[in-house]
Amino acid sequence: MASDCIIEIEGLHTHFGSTVIHENISLNVYKGEILSLVGGSGSGKTTLLRQMLGLETPAQGSVKIFGYSRYDCDFDLLKSLRNRSGVLFQQGALFSALTVFDNIALPMRELHCLDEEMIRDLVMLKLDMVEVAAQHANKMPAELSGGMIKRVALARALALDPELLFLDEPTAGLDPALSESFVELIQALRQELTLTIVMVTHDLDTLAAISTRIAVLADQRLVALGKLADIIKIDHPFIKDFFLGKRGQNALGKLLTHS
Amino acid sequence: MSPSNLNDDASPWYQVITGQDGPCIRLTGSYTLSALDRQLRKVAAKLARFAAQSDLYWDLTGIQQMDHAGAVLIWRAWGRRRPAHLLIRPEQERLFMHLEKAHPAPKPVRRDILWPILTLGRRYFLFWDHLLGIITLSGLVLLNVFYLLKHPRQIPLREISANLFRTGAQALGITALVGFLIGIVLSYLTSEQLHTFGADVFIVNILGMSIIRELGPMLAAILVAGRSGSSMTAQLGVMRVTEELDALTVMGIPHSLRLVLPKIIGLGLAMPLVVLWTSAIALLGGILAADLQIGLNFQYALSSLPDAVPVANLWIGLGKGVVCGMMIALIACHFGLRIKPNTESLGEGTTNSVVTSITAVILIDAVFAVVFSNVGLKIPR
Repeated sequence: MASDCIIEIEGLHTHFGSTVIHENISLNVYKGEILSLVGGSGSGKTTLLRQMLGLETPAQGSVKIFGYSRYDCDFDLLKSLRNRSGVLFQQGALFSALTVFDNIALPMRELHCLDEEMIRDLVMLKLDMVEVAAQHANKMPAELSGGMIKRVALARALALDPELLFLDEPTAGLDPALSESFVELIQALRQELTLTIVMVTHDLDTLAAISTRIAVLADQRLVALGKLADIIKIDHPFIKDFFLGKRGQNALGKLLTHS
Repeated sequence: MSPSNLNDDASPWYQVITGQDGPCIRLTGSYTLSALDRQLRKVAAKLARFAAQSDLYWDLTGIQQMDHAGAVLIWRAWGRRRPAHLLIRPEQERLFMHLEKAHPAPKPVRRDILWPILTLGRRYFLFWDHLLGIITLSGLVLLNVFYLLKHPRQIPLREISANLFRTGAQALGITALVGFLIGIVLSYLTSEQLHTFGADVFIVNILGMSIIRELGPMLAAILVAGRSGSSMTAQLGVMRVTEELDALTVMGIPHSLRLVLPKIIGLGLAMPLVVLWTSAIALLGGILAADLQIGLNFQYALSSLPDAVPVANLWIGLGKGVVCGMMIALIACHFGLRIKPNTESLGEGTTNSVVTSITAVILIDAVFAVVFSNVGLKIPR
């Protein structure tokens, strides 16, 4: 259904110099799902994510977000599209000159329709959601630990209650307990808000726990797209290595014995 | 008060109806940030008016979609507590539970009343801190020089040559342009004055003396401080941000030996050459302008230059170049190594580095002027 399609990618080609990254990739993301992008290093996952965000332009093909093409819409439309999506960058990308509070308040203040008291309540609510204690609100990002930076960055990505959330390696650099609570956090958020999530990850546990569909990038193409249970049945060297290696077997143990 | 007394008991956001148990407000529509947008304040004000009625039943089950902003809006309209009669869906219940236990924002730290004095004091100590830091760094570099004299195979020749190229060869264009223009301006302004007194020939003395002794070295030093000093500070600063400095340390490669020393030696070698080049181009510009303005013979100007300007002035100019170059590199490295891993500090460090090195360059010039006041000047007594 076209109306349920949040992101439409069609016939996407990308190359850096003479290196071909993507060759004819077509992909749809539907409302309310969590789509995980998987692929070996250098397979262009992050590039694809950046193209969805409009940070890079593909050589050929189109990327549509909420039904509008990324590359030919006017300033106001682009701004409202950007306000409807949030991004969690791999390193957090918090503004190092601003406190935690101001980092999260920044996108709200940019709207110019919320008063300062409402912003304060909203920021504290977001911090509470990502389980960051109130006393950290006045700290600078340089004083935070890696896990804390991820959480604050997620709070900032959620600042405007986006319908669409991009996560670039959300659990990379977190310890298992933190990764676990991060996954729970995402699940809790999905229950409260209608969220569509596009996620790039290497973490098999996260992948198995929250993704509804998985897109596998290898050999410059989209080699598989579907539910985890279907993906692992596909005979492709990358999929075999990635999901059915020793670590994959540990993470997906239950699923593998069923199939 | 019956609900019909309110003139606006129906809107896209709510309906006020009379139920079996009394007046009931039924919220409708999407309470999301994107849907509320411009009407947010109006809706908030209206809801707050309704919340003042204590016997009102609140029915939130009619809301299609509610996000955090919508929940906060309703919560604030209620005065941060639940109304007595409330009907909500479980997922809304969860949102309000979050709001109930959310902590109030901590107050931002207030400024001390004594802040002018505190800032002044901090500045004072910071000055001594920087001075001590620069002296320590120069001491470290000196120790490295002794070490390298004993182990000449470890001299970082590649780095020195790279610095020589970046700070010297690549600066030739801009220094030539500025030098040439300043030479023209100086000559243009003075030659007319001299012409009115019939002292045309002294243009060579004025140009030679001022450019070789003073303007050439100063122009070159200030340009290099802005150009190379800032890039050195920024380079070291980014290396700190990306943890490259720490990587060098754990490999057992001291910063002072591999990063600071080659910069100081490189700029110390490059600066006198840049000074020579700037002075030469500025003189050329000055003589050309004088040629056009008052018809000064080019040949005559060149041949009378050695008589007008004692050669000691050239050495003083080149000496200033060496000292200024090493000082600029030292200051740039000092500020670069002190940068903390955040963007604010990077900008501040670069600014401080350039401002300090330009100040230092002018101080060095003053010291040279005092120390060599009897050298190279032909003062008739």
